[in-house]
Amino acid sequence: MKTALKLAYRNLVGAGLRTWLNVIVLSFSFVVIIWLKGIMMGWDYQAKSDMTDWQIGGGQYWHEQYDSFDPFTLSESHAVIPEQFNKEIALGDMVPMLMVQGTLYPQGRMQSVTIKGIDPHQNLFLLPTHRLDTVVDGIPAIIGLATAQDMQLEKGDLVTLRWRDANGTFDATDIVVVDIFSSNVPAAEASQVYIPLQTLWEMSDMEGEATLLTFRDEDEERAEVQGWVLKPKEVLTASVDKILKTKTAGQSVFYIILLLLAMLAIFDTQVLSIFRRQKEIGTYIALGYTRREVVGLFTVECAMHSILAVLVGALYGIPFLAWQAKAGWTIPMDAGDFGIAMAQTIYPVFSIGLIISTVLIVVVVTTVVSYWPSRKIAKMNPTEALRGRIQ
Amino acid sequence: MDNNAIIQIRELTKSFPMGKSKFTALSNINLSLEKGEFTGLIGPSGSGKTTLLNIVGSLDTPTSGEAWVLNQSIGSLSAKEAARLRKEKLGFIFQSYNLLAVHTVFENVEFPLLLLKIDAAERKKMVMDALEWVGLTDKVKSKPPQLSGGECQRVAIARAMVKRPSLVLADEPTANLDAANSHHILQTMVKLNEELKTTFLFATHDDKVIGYLRRKIYLLDGKVANDEWVKDYHTVK
Ligand SMILES: Nc1ncnc2c1ncn2[C@@H]1O[C@H](COP(=O)(O)OP(=O)(O)OP(=O)(O)O)[C@@H](O)[C@H]1O
Ligand SMILES: [Mg+2]
Repeated sequence: MKTALKLAYRNLVGAGLRTWLNVIVLSFSFVVIIWLKGIMMGWDYQAKSDMTDWQIGGGQYWHEQYDSFDPFTLSESHAVIPEQFNKEIALGDMVPMLMVQGTLYPQGRMQSVTIKGIDPHQNLFLLPTHRLDTVVDGIPAIIGLATAQDMQLEKGDLVTLRWRDANGTFDATDIVVVDIFSSNVPAAEASQVYIPLQTLWEMSDMEGEATLLTFRDEDEERAEVQGWVLKPKEVLTASVDKILKTKTAGQSVFYIILLLLAMLAIFDTQVLSIFRRQKEIGTYIALGYTRREVVGLFTVECAMHSILAVLVGALYGIPFLAWQAKAGWTIPMDAGDFGIAMAQTIYPVFSIGLIISTVLIVVVVTTVVSYWPSRKIAKMNPTEALRGRIQ
Repeated sequence: MDNNAIIQIRELTKSFPMGKSKFTALSNINLSLEKGEFTGLIGPSGSGKTTLLNIVGSLDTPTSGEAWVLNQSIGSLSAKEAARLRKEKLGFIFQSYNLLAVHTVFENVEFPLLLLKIDAAERKKMVMDALEWVGLTDKVKSKPPQLSGGECQRVAIARAMVKRPSLVLADEPTANLDAANSHHILQTMVKLNEELKTTFLFATHDDKVIGYLRRKIYLLDGKVANDEWVKDYHTVK
């Protein structure tokens, strides 16, 4: 083994430029795969933490009729807040939200919206609801940036809102946009109008009722409550996992290309080498190597390539990845086009596990690739190898 | 069998499959070489010189008959035993030198000693001795592509001799060399044969080589056509 290490080292160093080219290609695969995976992890992390901050907190109770995909269920999905939550709500650790279908008339156009009643003093969401605690000429409301752009609304604008109360009676009033927020979370922004809960209770004649109850603490054991469906955080963020999975699937093509590149580097050193180096192989055998020992030597060379690639990759990869984690990667297209929370700049997350698993995958793949020529060597006739006759 | 014999070949036949039939490269060879010989297999191209040398070198096996080399029967050695025989007892010299191009002269010569797991200090001394024999101590750090053909073959001789093998097998060692270089390396080999009592077996059709041989075994169409000793042999002039 020591001899093989020494000889493999000499072969690599002796081959000079060729070795370094392969090592650089290989290290490039390592770094790019780690970077890509880091972006995905960073996205996942960012999407989930944005959802937590703007939309779902530590989890929610949904009224049993509520269906987030069907706005027409809203007229049915509200009920009095269960008494058992009063204390938690009073402490600010649970935020009830009532949702009512409505229509806005910005500049005479008609836009259907969801009116969300929320306590202006809540601090569970990052929503600037404290701005709702003002007296203006109409009902104070906050809306998301996407909605504001969509409806060409600006801070201070007055706009007519129409809704239907619990009895099915239509009514209308003016709201004043007191603040516009930007959240990266489409579900918290798109066609949503936030107004004080008390006001919505009065408007809709649904005093004390709610559609969603969002709690802060995701770790606490939660009881099932009659008429309400418990939606733990994992369930609510499952859509992120699902979408990221499809995005990751698209990326696998990229991984495969990178792995192919890595394999090419190894292919060049290992597979082509048994043709290029067959005379050398014959010489090793004439000098007293068994074919198995030649295979061992080639495998050690391959492993050294991988290790060198890891070292070289670390040399430029660590500063690059560290810089990326700090500076973030700005997506070169409009992030709003994605179906899930996505910031324009993603801060990749690189875990030790990610780095180790990537390095392992690449090392395993390259070793497997290097095994193919080894079998050929093991079958090689030394006299023919010496003559360099094998095709 | 004769225990003084370093090589003993009995009724050896070697044939290669050729499509449906087979081609007989060596047929019914009987030969015996003793320690210290400086002998050549001589014959035209295709007469089976390399084939016989390869069998003696345990790189190939007989189809039938027996080849004993240093008291080991080539046909019945395992791959590992054959490798061990080559590693410990045999030296090879090839027509095209077969040096490791990316290794230095020193490393090339050191190679067989690494396989024998000789320690570094001892290795260094043995390599320098071998390079001294061939007169290349000033090229230790060069790599084969920087050397002339004659120098390359001298490195190959040093590599074959460095472990002081019992038997050196040299296949057309001068085929790529000019006359001056040919004589130089042949004189080196004669000297090593006399000083170290190493047995040399050549395969050649080069008159320059033939002129140095003490025993000439002529092969023709895979058979021994003639086997003669040189009567009044002069050593290095
Ligand atoms: N592996 C093989 N398969 C088929 N035929 C072979 C093989 N090896 C050698 N031969 C044939 O056996 C014969 C003897 O070959 P060998 O190489 O021993 O000749 P040689 O005397 O060394 O010739 P040269 O002087 O050209 O080197 C040749 O006709 C050759 O074609
Ligand atoms: Mg030949």
